[in-house]
Amino acid sequence: MASTDSDPGTEAPVPSALKILVAGGFGAGKTTLVGAVSEIAPLSTEEVMTEASYGVDDLSGVESKTTTTVALDFGRITINESLVLYLFGTPGQERFWFMWEELSEGALGAIVIADTRRLETCFAAVDFFERRGVPFVVAVNCFEGAHLYEPDEVREALSLNPEIPVVLCDARDRKSAKDVLLTLVNRVAESVSA
Amino acid sequence: MQAHDEFPDGIRPVPPQRDVVGDYGEDFAPEEAGPLVRPYVIAQGRDHADTVQLDMISVVIAAKRAEVDELALEPEQLRILELCRKPQSVAEVSAHLDIPVAVVKVLISDLLNRGLALARAPYKAKSPVSRDVLQAVLDGIHRL
Repeated sequence: MASTDSDPGTEAPVPSALKILVAGGFGAGKTTLVGAVSEIAPLSTEEVMTEASYGVDDLSGVESKTTTTVALDFGRITINESLVLYLFGTPGQERFWFMWEELSEGALGAIVIADTRRLETCFAAVDFFERRGVPFVVAVNCFEGAHLYEPDEVREALSLNPEIPVVLCDARDRKSAKDVLLTLVNRVAESVSA
Repeated sequence: MQAHDEFPDGIRPVPPQRDVVGDYGEDFAPEEAGPLVRPYVIAQGRDHADTVQLDMISVVIAAKRAEVDELALEPEQLRILELCRKPQSVAEVSAHLDIPVAVVKVLISDLLNRGLALARAPYKAKSPVSRDVLQAVLDGIHRL
């Protein structure tokens, strides 16, 4: 592998990167939350994902596979000169499982944004992170300052384990988004020491 | 943040309940749904057989004193080297140059093989994350 930890031939030290996933249904506020804390305007990249087909070998051609182009929005927080944190907004629908598989690999943790107007849009993400053992928190995004359900009701509706934090947030607000991130990292710290 | 304002008569909707079993059914076979790199045109038909394993958040930087034979490279690769004078993740390169991640990986991989760039693999959170790293992340977020 061509990676290197310290090479005198580069302009600057090469930091290593960490990532946190921000999952939630369409319009739940993923990119808004990423933008609230990112040091760069959220960027968008396209990943061409090919879903596996069963009983089909590689020679039989692309027409038998489903190729999906998925747009990912992400932001960046420079932690220090050796660490950079990336926040990836990930589509919440179940049909993107195949992508979460790759995205969640090595992720520090995840924020599941719950939109109480359509709470069921975050079920798949909760299922996924629970099964994968990825530490996560649920952030209830308060649109227009209002939320339909209290955190305890959301916790109950999602059948969450008691140790999973559920917090209210305003995804547009930097301080509020920061608090969600801090809650997650503290949760990761707990799960490490547990 | 006041809840329930819309329901002055006290009649409130019941939240939908997640099925805790969360059965994915037989379709759930993540091991088989790995990424399949399908680079095209600008990657000159090379596939992932000769590519270095790069992650979306592998951080790439151009090598400082490397001799660059501009004719041997794709124009996109020259743009990547330009962009990576400062450390950039694969995802950032993809976003800035508007080239899909899978293609960017192939182009960067070629630059790595030529010794024109260096990449640093992501911090692996799989093994327990060290306290120091977590504390650094907390401090970094606090400073925002």
